[in-house]
Amino acid sequence: MNLFCVGLSHHTSNVETRERFTGQAGTDCVLRRAGCGEALLLTTCNRVEVYAAAEACVPTEEIARCLRRSIDNELGDDMSAFYRHENAGCVQHLFRVVSGLDSMVVGETEILGQAKKAYELARESGAAGPYLHRLFQRAFRVAKQVRTHTEITRGAVSVGSVAVDLAEKIFGDLTNCKVLLLGAGETSERTARALISRGVPDLRVSNRSGERAQNLARLVAGRAVRFEEWPEQCREIDILITSTSSEIPLLTPENLMPMLRDRVDRPLFIIDIAVPRDVDANVNALDGVYLYDIDSLQLIAEQSLALRRQQIAAAEAIIALHVDEFDRSISRGPNQQSLMGNHPPVGEGSLRASEL
Amino acid sequence: MRTSVSLRSKNFHAGWFNFLVIGLGFIFQTAFLSIRGHSLGRCPLTNLFEVFIFLAWSVALIYMLVGPAYRLSLMGAFTAPLVVLLQGFALLMPIDKPHSGKMSANPWLEFHASISLIAYGAFALACIAGVMYLVQEHQLKTHELHSIFYHLPPLTDLFAAITKLLWLGFALYTLGLVSGFFVGQPLPWTQVICAIGVWVLYAAILQGRHLRRLAPKRVAALCIIGFSAALTLLWGITFTAQMNPP
Repeated sequence: MNLFCVGLSHHTSNVETRERFTGQAGTDCVLRRAGCGEALLLTTCNRVEVYAAAEACVPTEEIARCLRRSIDNELGDDMSAFYRHENAGCVQHLFRVVSGLDSMVVGETEILGQAKKAYELARESGAAGPYLHRLFQRAFRVAKQVRTHTEITRGAVSVGSVAVDLAEKIFGDLTNCKVLLLGAGETSERTARALISRGVPDLRVSNRSGERAQNLARLVAGRAVRFEEWPEQCREIDILITSTSSEIPLLTPENLMPMLRDRVDRPLFIIDIAVPRDVDANVNALDGVYLYDIDSLQLIAEQSLALRRQQIAAAEAIIALHVDEFDRSISRGPNQQSLMGNHPPVGEGSLRASEL
Repeated sequence: MRTSVSLRSKNFHAGWFNFLVIGLGFIFQTAFLSIRGHSLGRCPLTNLFEVFIFLAWSVALIYMLVGPAYRLSLMGAFTAPLVVLLQGFALLMPIDKPHSGKMSANPWLEFHASISLIAYGAFALACIAGVMYLVQEHQLKTHELHSIFYHLPPLTDLFAAITKLLWLGFALYTLGLVSGFFVGQPLPWTQVICAIGVWVLYAAILQGRHLRRLAPKRVAALCIIGFSAALTLLWGITFTAQMNPP
């Protein structure tokens, strides 16, 4: 039995090409009719891949035909976007994919959840057999090991998630935090949404245009505050996100200091996304104030990404060990439990139970 | 060892490992102090060696009581070196000098000494939490986030732990100080003044904290200063007592 993977991803194709090959419901069954003994379809926004086990060689073109969203689609030039990995190459590719090494943002973890979902679907439909069960359960174990033993997922890689990470390192639990959005820019809105997703319950929006403040407040389930009131709000809030178009700094050490007297043991986290900046850089020197502008947030995001890239070699080493081990074990054939069709669902315990 | 290697390789995983290692060390410390106490027929606080072992035991005890309660990841990694330092100093320095005469048991003196040392354990932990706070605060202020940043607890959690450890240490220290007046033997006035000085220092830190006059960063720094002062005092008291036996 040969294991192989055929697919196309953001590395080899643009979104227009990928959307022509997303497959349809029941594609795994079509693949099995095409000669694949076992088949699993993994579809995400960045990749469409088929993992299969077959006695005879199933041509890449045949797989590509099965993946067409419409039978009217001609394969034509799109075939050049497809790649194919066989046996150990297929195993290595899957381990890299689920570990986030092949992702657009290195180390992202969403792909693992998507792979688990694809595996569950194939398991339930019966399209995945003993070979794919072993392959995917080992892949999930490898992904976990890579995450645990390297820093491939460490740090945030977008401005919004960096801000959330920093807020959590200052306040811990964000469910008691009050946030003021000063200005209604797009980045500040995204940052606010990221904070809300972590449990921030109290969000206030203040803008020179009261109407925009109202609209944004409605969008983020917050409440609008009159622009003249924002200095007074600084006594109560924990996080301030500013993105106004003011030509001069709105917040200076001189006007912030009186507000800080009432909150000596409560930190104030200021995210200044405005250009030119809304907050005087000297504010960061005040006790308990942590000021980050757009450059410093972007720098942290880039550093995190660089750190993740540094971890690739360590992750590849873990993967190489598992590929060798899997290759040796697969040559012995599927274990008794797999042959009996006793494939547990994805979960911590199930991974070990069905190991080789 | 594993902790330091893991930290250096930027691959640290805080967890039960630290707790178990310190717990194991704590069992050995307890066994040692118990055997020593039986052989002396009193609480083993008769020389500088025993005082340092008892202090290391107190630090481990408070860590085991406080660490899991506050879920302060990495606190064990900071606590273990302090325990090793205190015990290493006790074992390597020639300070295990037996008393020339038989020391009679004095329950008040033993209570005073042991409860004061447990208070020192709480102050030591507050000092460690203070160091962790300052490290984390510095990284947040300078925007230079190293690997340790992702392992250290949030500032507010650390400050809450510092406050509670200070109160615990202060209550125990006050108890120890008051019991010192009931030991039934004259105490050198320099020691009494220094001990009261340490008490006043911690009282001032707590007062500043309570009245919200001191920023958390200053409280953290004062915890380090306070423990250094307390440790110096402890050294002075024990060293003087060892040089001038009753």
